[in-house]
Amino acid sequence: MLIPAFVVFVTFFLLPMAKLIVLAGSGEAGLGEYMTVIKTPRHFESLVATVLLSATTTIAALVISTISGVFLERNRFRGREALISMLTFPLAFPGVVIGFLVIMLAGRQGLANEVSKALTGNRLVFAYSMAGLFVGYLYFSIPRVILTLMAAAEKLDPALEEAARSLGASRWQVIRDVIVPALKPALIASGAICFATAMGAFGTAFTLATNIDVLPMTIYTEFTLNANFVTAAALSIMLGVITWIALYIARSLAGSTVAAAA
Amino acid sequence: MMRRNSLFYLNLGFTLLVCAFLIFPVILSVMAGVTENFFQGIKSGVTLRWVGEVWELYADTIFLSLLIAVACLIADLLLGVPAAYVLAKKSGRTARIIEETLVMPIAIPGLAIALALIITYGGFRDFRTSWLFILVGHVLYTLPFMVRSVLAVLSSFDFKTLEEGAASLGAGFWQRFFTIILPNCRSGILAGSLMVVTLSVGEFNLTWMLHTPLTKTLPVGLADSYASMRLEVASAYTLVFMVMILPLLIALQLYGQPKDVGRSKQAASGDGKALT
Repeated sequence: MLIPAFVVFVTFFLLPMAKLIVLAGSGEAGLGEYMTVIKTPRHFESLVATVLLSATTTIAALVISTISGVFLERNRFRGREALISMLTFPLAFPGVVIGFLVIMLAGRQGLANEVSKALTGNRLVFAYSMAGLFVGYLYFSIPRVILTLMAAAEKLDPALEEAARSLGASRWQVIRDVIVPALKPALIASGAICFATAMGAFGTAFTLATNIDVLPMTIYTEFTLNANFVTAAALSIMLGVITWIALYIARSLAGSTVAAAA
Repeated sequence: MMRRNSLFYLNLGFTLLVCAFLIFPVILSVMAGVTENFFQGIKSGVTLRWVGEVWELYADTIFLSLLIAVACLIADLLLGVPAAYVLAKKSGRTARIIEETLVMPIAIPGLAIALALIITYGGFRDFRTSWLFILVGHVLYTLPFMVRSVLAVLSSFDFKTLEEGAASLGAGFWQRFFTIILPNCRSGILAGSLMVVTLSVGEFNLTWMLHTPLTKTLPVGLADSYASMRLEVASAYTLVFMVMILPLLIALQLYGQPKDVGRSKQAASGDGKALT
């Protein structure tokens, strides 16, 4: 009964992926194609920019989600359910839609521009810059991370914090020495997922990154505009390996289904 | 009882800000979609003209997305449910390796999978230009969610003993499969199905590479309208998309966690990672 799934999987996934790997090594440089990715300044810059953007997004999303996630798990108040629903609502938005929402916030006719014009008279348009990408990436990261952290915060033992406090620990010490260590597996797991998702995010970048080279956009440009299939293949395999490793770390810690799409 | 001190309100304020960041652009976009002229603001009048225009321009993308989502669901049910059953039955290294391989497509960016598919099958013109090419990508990407969801339910109860009991009473394999396994997996199949349809309707990364001018899905049309249409039309189109996925989202919140699964919260929040 496993056979139908297996056949489809081999034909349309394993075989094509194998072909992609072979293609990446079939250029003039042979296996060296993977090296030219590092040696070509444009590709290397794109790789560094993507890693930096993804890492920054991950850290920001983790900090924001830890504060709100622990708060929502600890406190019961009216409207809490509605807040949680709103925080997780954007989960189902494709990356392109998130890109568009950033345009609504920070584009030429966006909210930031209107507010800035009214307050200072200066125009403020950053949707199509690195800052705009960061806002978009943060937008799709927060709902994912917050859910995982709420689940983890549920298992925290309040007695430990009380014990720490009764021993004279300050609020900051409790956070640093009790809460954060207890949340560590969840933080690493959701951080890895967040990082992988950001690395592979194509839709958001496609809408916003007209002038910025992030790795998925570089791959896309090499493939469609430059018809440079070998380089595109090598770059996408590199990207795939990075996201797969990140998600493998996440899954061995959290044991949940994760994906790298945005 | 928790004391409502200043820290509580500080945290609440922060969380409300985060919430505003997520919800405000959505409200702006919905408003833009029903405003006569967004640049002049809502006072220029409320209209469904843009929604009508979207319908005229892009109705076919909506139907294609629905067709692909349904076909994808059928394929995932036929392929994924039996596969999950076998994987649940067989413990041991081989089964785990197969499981690990089956979920690989969600760990690899859609762009890479799409490139691989184009390189391998792009030469078969009839296949390349039909919607089936997109369907293949969607099935690869969504199948892991169906398998995981059903597998989670199957590992939460002792179906082997139930099956043995039925077998001792003379039930054949297919009778056991249809009267014991499937009914008991209902919640997992439902959760998986909702997930698959939501993912398929919103899929962009693979689809953008796999589509042709004649096979545009809804998200492909959205990207198209963001690049070339006026803001009101793009917003109205986004509104149509949101109206389409809202029922799916609500259903996912209600039924997205298979019942009686110990790690359901983890699994469900993990599944959420796939979206966007």
